[in-house]
Amino acid sequence: MTSETILDVQGIHKSFGSKHVLQGFSFELHRGEVLALFGGSGTGKSVMLRSIIGLEHPNRGKISFEGRNIVGLSERELVEVRLKISYVFQGGALFDSLTVEENLAYPLKEHTQLSEKEIHQRVNKMLELIDMPGSNHLLPAELSGGMQKRAGLARAIILEPEIILFDEPTAGLDPVNTQRFLANVQTLRKRGITGIFVTHDIPSAFEIADRIAILYNGTIYLIDTVENVKKSKDKLVQSFIKGALGTVDK
Amino acid sequence: MLEASHKHEPIKGIIDRITRRTTDILKFWGGFGQLCGQIFSELFRPPFYFRLFLEQLYQIGIQSFLLVMVTGLATGSVMALQFGYGMTRFGGKLYVPKVVALSIAREMGPVFTSLLVAGRIGSGIAAEVASMKVTQQIDAIRALGTSPIKRIVIPRLLASMVALPLLTLFADYIALLGGILVSVFELGINKEFFIAKTVDTLRMVDLTTGMFKTMVFAFFISVVACWRGLNTEGGTHGVGASTTWVVVQSSIFIMVSDFFLTKLFMLTVYPKY
Repeated sequence: MTSETILDVQGIHKSFGSKHVLQGFSFELHRGEVLALFGGSGTGKSVMLRSIIGLEHPNRGKISFEGRNIVGLSERELVEVRLKISYVFQGGALFDSLTVEENLAYPLKEHTQLSEKEIHQRVNKMLELIDMPGSNHLLPAELSGGMQKRAGLARAIILEPEIILFDEPTAGLDPVNTQRFLANVQTLRKRGITGIFVTHDIPSAFEIADRIAILYNGTIYLIDTVENVKKSKDKLVQSFIKGALGTVDK
Repeated sequence: MLEASHKHEPIKGIIDRITRRTTDILKFWGGFGQLCGQIFSELFRPPFYFRLFLEQLYQIGIQSFLLVMVTGLATGSVMALQFGYGMTRFGGKLYVPKVVALSIAREMGPVFTSLLVAGRIGSGIAAEVASMKVTQQIDAIRALGTSPIKRIVIPRLLASMVALPLLTLFADYIALLGGILVSVFELGINKEFFIAKTVDTLRMVDLTTGMFKTMVFAFFISVVACWRGLNTEGGTHGVGASTTWVVVQSSIFIMVSDFFLTKLFMLTVYPKY
């Protein structure tokens, strides 16, 4: 991890009707680090993540990626950003009419000049990375929930983006599949990925993150290293951690 | 005091309902206009997804053939039957081919085919796009640096606008065949006479105006279905609601706009013939 700031989020506000979801959300992401955004349901974690890639348009604030403010960019201008920042959706969001191979090949066909053979090789390599070799011709409906999420991860990283945004990727997974998914993320960590990991699941967050940000009332209540968050005496932080661990223990 | 507030409740309810309905209508036309703008701004810009267009053409066009054939045959037969028995009473049996041919080419063919397509394709598009929306596949298309307008909306729109006029032409032909069968076997009209009268009556403009109508209908059906699909919320319940809504709105639009288009053609192209 370096101290170079790759993403700078400053004072993001986002409302849906009268509901103010984000109220002055700010943080910095450094190159090579994984930041876990942790908070209860409806605290705006996913909205924040979607804003970073332009799927939501904040009402106010600034999101600088490599020094360029991406708030207010048109869909066409956002394409360049979306090639460098990828998004792992909660349910995988695989295209259900395409096979696993076609899903993974989709970004390569759209944005590279690679031949069919090269694309096929790259897809196979990616399937090996996520422990799904030989599943090229399966349709998403034929995959388990965990496999769908891992295939979604593979599709998101196949263009080798600079930042990966994970939107509750372990939600709804059993412990075995959660560990399998986290192992894939750990493999990517060793390769030096930069990422934001949105989760309810604090053990997962502790396992893969460098820093933890706790969201409360539409803003960041605390942002610190994993060790410092664990040691924190703050009542709210402790109740978050204990609550989450309690949920997992059940 | 309490009585007074109760008296105002029905009025407040009516005002609320009117406000909500007006907002819905404005939201729809605003969204429809916005989507049309996006379509025109992206239509001529690469990349072009020709394969997706062909896939949609197959689904919308080829897979509707049987449905259109059966309906066309039934429509032509029923019309010949009704006109035949009705006009025989006034000694006008010989006009049956003329009336049937004109009604089919100008009205029944385009309108019935479009209504069927609105039911089959409109609901299909709405359900498919809505499912993609609620399962975040539309977001995934955007997040992967591609455009849902280009990949989802434009192929369906173009395929509908190509397939529907061709289906209508096919339906016209089959309906006339139905008309001939009934005329020959039920009304005792000579087959050659029916064909000669049809050829003599029908002008190219009758067919082209009918086909033009279906292009207008196809544009509306596909854009409305895509718009509603792209704006679906509320999980599987939302998908069902969107599907029903699209079929109802498309059918209403077809019936209402058919009147105005017919009136327009009567004022412009029809009188010349």
